[in-house]
Amino acid sequence: MSQTSRKKLLLMGRSGSGKSSMRSIIFSNYSAFDTRRLGATVDVELSHLRFLGNMSLTLWDCGGQDVFMENYFTNQKDHIFKMVQVLIHVFDVESKSINKDIEIFVKSLTNLQKYSPDAKIFVLLHKMDLVQIDKRQELFTIMMDKLQKISNPYHFKLVGFPTSIWDESLYKAWSQIVCSLIPNINLFNSNIIKFNSILDAEEIILFEKTTFLVISSTASIKQQQAQPDQQQQQHKLTNGKSSSQKEETEELDPKRFEKISNIIKTYKQSISKLRTNFNNLIIKGSNGTTFYLDVLTENMFIMVVLKKKEEVLDGTAVEQNEEFLVLDNIKAARKWFEKIENSK
Amino acid sequence: MEATIVPHPKDTNATILLMGLRRSGKSSICKVVFHNMQPLDTLYLESTSKPTNEQFSSLIDLSVMELPGQLNYFEPNYDSERLFSSVGALVYVIDSQDEYLNALTNLSMIIDFAYRVNPKINIEVLIHKVDGLSEDYRMDAQQDIMQRTGDELLDLGLEGVSVSFYLTSIFDHSVYEAFSRIVQRLIPELPSLEHMLDNLVQHSSIDKVFLFDVNSKIYVATDSSPVDIQTYEVCAEFIDITIDLDDLYIENDENVNKNGGVKGPDGNKELRSVSHLSNGSTLYLKQMIRGLALVALIRNESFADTPADSEKSLTIIEYNVDLFKQALIKMWTPKR
Repeated sequence: MSQTSRKKLLLMGRSGSGKSSMRSIIFSNYSAFDTRRLGATVDVELSHLRFLGNMSLTLWDCGGQDVFMENYFTNQKDHIFKMVQVLIHVFDVESKSINKDIEIFVKSLTNLQKYSPDAKIFVLLHKMDLVQIDKRQELFTIMMDKLQKISNPYHFKLVGFPTSIWDESLYKAWSQIVCSLIPNINLFNSNIIKFNSILDAEEIILFEKTTFLVISSTASIKQQQAQPDQQQQQHKLTNGKSSSQKEETEELDPKRFEKISNIIKTYKQSISKLRTNFNNLIIKGSNGTTFYLDVLTENMFIMVVLKKKEEVLDGTAVEQNEEFLVLDNIKAARKWFEKIENSK
Repeated sequence: MEATIVPHPKDTNATILLMGLRRSGKSSICKVVFHNMQPLDTLYLESTSKPTNEQFSSLIDLSVMELPGQLNYFEPNYDSERLFSSVGALVYVIDSQDEYLNALTNLSMIIDFAYRVNPKINIEVLIHKVDGLSEDYRMDAQQDIMQRTGDELLDLGLEGVSVSFYLTSIFDHSVYEAFSRIVQRLIPELPSLEHMLDNLVQHSSIDKVFLFDVNSKIYVATDSSPVDIQTYEVCAEFIDITIDLDDLYIENDENVNKNGGVKGPDGNKELRSVSHLSNGSTLYLKQMIRGLALVALIRNESFADTPADSEKSLTIIEYNVDLFKQALIKMWTPKR
């Protein structure tokens, strides 16, 4: 495990904007309700997370009170802002003093430009649940435009997300943040497409094991055929996560990835009452859809969604055979994905 | 005026009457158990002003009537006699965090009246809101309430009445547990159901099996081994997870239907889910008839180490469960 696979993530924002709550939900299995008990973070709280085996994330949760903030930008600035891979800046949408918020954002941008100019910047507009539903998109656009304008002089490109701990938007944001750190995401993508062409599945989704963040997913073969040029499709996938997801979300619930993450996480928690974990889960849906959730590698879960084909030969015997077939296929795929994972 | 709410004499056995003083938590119980409301949201419930009557069609056709706490049932214009004669169970809710002496007087008056009208009525007392009491105090409160109720009934000359007590709270699974017991007393077929489940457990190396009502997460029957509350919780949550995941892709299926698909969203496919756990156990769910689902926890000892063998024994279980389902269908078809 080389030192280079260690990634430094800065989590910043003013006090009370919800930084520690986010961290606890995504990485420590807190429920949204539990986060009430969290107190203020003193100075910087480091947490080391292993993600996908050999990727190790160091999350610097920086307490947001002004006393600490001053310190970050003066005494500790080379300590804090050196070798940063990702800055996640959290804005509280309810905040009264937006100017102060932005001022601090600019300060961290200035420091970042000096100490680690290659860092990726993510902006989370947090506590979106407190804004009326019809106003959310508008507010988000205005805010992002403003922030992008501010950060232009520093040559950073911002990626923003509206988030809330009370729905799935938090998972969506974090799964994209973390995916931007995976070096060989393209290999995963192309292999999933291949696997899909074998299984003819409705959808295949890859999850990280501990956090259940979505790493990658596919659309069905049908949709690929609708896209006449498969090469182009592959190419689009290589453009990164965001575009590959957009392709698929046309007819299904666009929030399903986050919902699935949420459901499976609930399941994991519930199973932990029996002091164990789960290996796989097979659900035969009421409308002929079958779900397979299985361990793929040491660090990944795979979920395969199969649609029932129109012709049913007869009875349960065939269905059970099909189940084994899919499980065997997943087993066979395991080898390939393990290879990719270890090839880093 | 309330004559309309008196249930039809035909389904006498399956009516539950929910009573209690005002603010004792009757509507909250109703909403949490039967409507899947989040316990915290029940803070915002309005005070109930009219008797409500709701029907639930499950294994038995259950109907739950809730009476407002502030009514006086002994007014002459109120047809309480007919009301009590037609219900199977009277559930009285006592707020354990409040002064309960008033409630106990009220309770014994009601029991007195109900028992004279309908000696077959099941009387159940929920000592409610125990989430706010410390562990030792709960037992004391239960002791005290049981003692005082006994004394009151003795004074009224009703020694023979059996009253069951439950400690409940809507913030954990105790209220589901209590309602499961209450509903189970109303099912005349329960002994044979339990016997069937015991049979299934014996022949399929199942550790624990529940027959759940999918909507309310009440179990209508279980095998005769003792109920471990954690197993119950896991099984109840397993239903939720299965249904939630299934629902995610149903929306899509409706699209297909519009384009001339073959199956409706509620096609005759039954929901079934299996999950292998890393300690070797298996969670198994299969949809039964009339909104019921069978959930079983299968322990590891019975399985050999290789996955092929475990699949084999799963096939046996599958077969046995199918037989059980057919038996269920047989039991309930003549009644319709």
